[in-house]
Amino acid sequence: MSAYPKEYRNPLKKARGLGSAQHGVSHWWVQRVTAVALVGLGVWLVTLVLRVLHADYAAARELVARPWNAVLLIAFVVTAFWHAVLGLQVVIEDYVHTRWKEIALLTAIKFVAVLAALAGVLAVLRIALGA
Amino acid sequence: MAEFTLPKNSKIQSGKHYPAKGAKKPRTFKIYRWSPDDGQNPRIDTYEVDMASCGPMVLDALLKIKNEIDPTLTLRRSCREGICGSCAMNIEGTNTLACTKAIDDCKGGEVAIYPLPHMPVVKDLVPDLTHFYAQYASIKPWIRTQSPAPARERLQSPEDRKQLDGYYECILCACCSTSCPSYWWNGDRYLGPAILLQAYRWIADSRDEATGERLDDLEDPFKLYRCHTIMNCARTCPKGLNPAKAIAEIKKLMVERRS
Repeated sequence: MSAYPKEYRNPLKKARGLGSAQHGVSHWWVQRVTAVALVGLGVWLVTLVLRVLHADYAAARELVARPWNAVLLIAFVVTAFWHAVLGLQVVIEDYVHTRWKEIALLTAIKFVAVLAALAGVLAVLRIALGA
Repeated sequence: MAEFTLPKNSKIQSGKHYPAKGAKKPRTFKIYRWSPDDGQNPRIDTYEVDMASCGPMVLDALLKIKNEIDPTLTLRRSCREGICGSCAMNIEGTNTLACTKAIDDCKGGEVAIYPLPHMPVVKDLVPDLTHFYAQYASIKPWIRTQSPAPARERLQSPEDRKQLDGYYECILCACCSTSCPSYWWNGDRYLGPAILLQAYRWIADSRDEATGERLDDLEDPFKLYRCHTIMNCARTCPKGLNPAKAIAEIKKLMVERRS
């Protein structure tokens, strides 16, 4: 009695699979670049939040509306969601092995991240531009 | 999804106990047993071995069990000196070679021995390495050149030869690949640390002329980039090699050739 169903394909056929996708290096590199950017932006964000904590509403608004603060806040929002999508993509590819669930999740995280990033950017712009 | 429990027919049950009567220095070994022929679940058999008449290594104890206590115990072994890689197995929770692991170095009172993790089992301590070897073949582990063959051997400077140190020693025992969670979850497509180290061994070889093609073949989110530097490979390697470093070198070259 054999433990496995009879296999007619050569093991090499299975190992070579669909071949190399010829990509992956950009994903890996951008994940690292955004990580480095987030270290700097993260430290800066903490200092901003500490200042906002002790300000009243008008002063906090004024602080966020300053050009450099607004630019860095937008940079933080965009970078954070970009990095999050890249990281979540890896987690999903690692652990979700039902094809339709994998594709649905990979698409969903991109939709959510783009919407959330746009909302964050709009919020900063409204304060910065006084709308 | 990743599975966190064993299927019903893989759940391990307690097995037989073989006491050592009149042993001067008994030591207990708990060994994974499974046979494809009897339709039973895997079980853990307990063997007591008299250390007074046993060699120092785990492989010595396994062979003593097979020769003197239970001839049905099945395992691979060949060179008994850490160069063939046949007796790779999971001893006390770490993948290593039974022939180079001293019984005295096993800390617990009972020595637990399982086959390499997350591989199909052929029988007892023998895993099915068919896919692992096919993956090795897929990276074309031989020298590839375009220039015509010289009349003599292809020469290499001592400095270039040094580039292979830490890689050529790999014996393909599969301890590292089967210790890697990424290889557990995605071993069908991820090449795993052992095969990637071998791939780098040819990329690093000054005489090989197919470096670009080799990198082309590896540039893939699954073949290469499932490595998340977990480092189990380096921790478990019975030859003291660092597959994670080889993988990092491949990733560096991937970035380097882009700009």
